[in-house]
Amino acid sequence: MLQVRVTHRVGALALDLDLTAGAGLTAVIGPSGAGKTTLLRLIAGLVRPGHGRIASDEVVFVDTARGLWVPPHRRGVGYVTQDARLFPHFSVRNNLRYAHWCAGGAPGGAEDWDEIVHLLDLRSLLTRSHTGLSGGEVQRVALGRALLGRPRLLLLDEPLAAVDIGRRTEIIPYLDRLREQRRLPMLYVTHAPAEIAGRADRIIRLQDGRVVASDGAGRLAEGRSGEI
Amino acid sequence: MPWSAEELAILGLSLRVAAWATLVSVLVAVPVALLLARRRFWGWSLLNAIVHMPLVLPPVVTGYLLLYLFGRRGPIGAWLADTLGLVFAFRWTGAALAAAVMGFPLVVRAIRLGIEQVDHRLEDTAATLGAGPLRVLLTVTVPLALPGIIAGMILGFAKALGEFGATITFVSNIPGETQTMALAIYTYTQAPGGDAGALRLVALSVAVSLLALLASEALARRAAPERP
Repeated sequence: MLQVRVTHRVGALALDLDLTAGAGLTAVIGPSGAGKTTLLRLIAGLVRPGHGRIASDEVVFVDTARGLWVPPHRRGVGYVTQDARLFPHFSVRNNLRYAHWCAGGAPGGAEDWDEIVHLLDLRSLLTRSHTGLSGGEVQRVALGRALLGRPRLLLLDEPLAAVDIGRRTEIIPYLDRLREQRRLPMLYVTHAPAEIAGRADRIIRLQDGRVVASDGAGRLAEGRSGEI
Repeated sequence: MPWSAEELAILGLSLRVAAWATLVSVLVAVPVALLLARRRFWGWSLLNAIVHMPLVLPPVVTGYLLLYLFGRRGPIGAWLADTLGLVFAFRWTGAALAAAVMGFPLVVRAIRLGIEQVDHRLEDTAATLGAGPLRVLLTVTVPLALPGIIAGMILGFAKALGEFGATITFVSNIPGETQTMALAIYTYTQAPGGDAGALRLVALSVAVSLLALLASEALARRAAPERP
């Protein structure tokens, strides 16, 4: 269970967030500038909150009242962004290996590699340079890389935004597999709620830096305005 | 062989001085460039100004300051001679130090530009995968800044090969010890009938510089990571 209770200011936006997210896929929706990306950056530890506390289960990431701060590399939070950010000086294989290496002595490493490569169909991409990949392939590699970091929590920031609309349907099955096969809490930020229609276990709607709605999946229908 | 053994020895000394100057300069310049590129701290402007001093001071002044500080009785020179047995005054090591100091601003500038080109988000991504600050530096920042580092080394080497004023002030013009190409050419031009000797060394300088430029161009092209 992820618990976030923070106040934070970025430019003109004043965030005042109080939310929890459990196992499964939690969709975070809302207009541009609502604070969705900042929320993920706060959880990943790429931004320090002005005030507040963020914790995942028993592990406290940050608690300003107690002066507690865990840097991003010790949080075990996977983060996939719309621009994927593959390392340009590494091949696909080495991008994946890098995460594997950083996760270090974690047990089950070797099985993890095979399982993730299989889950995301990465085998045929391994020897490629990142320059020759399609948008969808890039996102699959980025997803695989994040998983190989053995995260306790996965953050997805509009992972399909940079993928051609027609190709999005090629990625969604992989996200489904991921959700079904790996018991990993996921936060999925999107502009287009239809992307995750019927997939989200929980939906959080942000507006102007606040949570304006937070429900079970039943009410996703209202988000159908977005297109896939 | 169009050049005599003596002339080639002068070239050898110049290359040795320039190589050591480049090495020392780069080892100090990388941390300084990182500091200037990535941190804002009290004294940033002062550090930046000090780094650039050798570029704007008359070389004679820099040479004299080196003599004052690193001479046998100088505060730093005496200490280094007593503890490490490292003597700079009137030795080729002093010529290397003078060349390193004179090239330092150029080396720092080039490396700093290289570091500033590195996409900060790639470093963030490495951190979310579990890479600590040192690992991020060595596996992401430095490899991606490599074109800048190589450019810095080339500039530093070129500057060191041609350094004249600070060298002659600090370590004098001793044949076989501190007399580099530039100093030897100067010596010839000061002696009656020295034109032929000066011209031969000038031709050698031109040949070496041309070769070095071609080689460094090829090296830089190889080291530059592919970009999409």
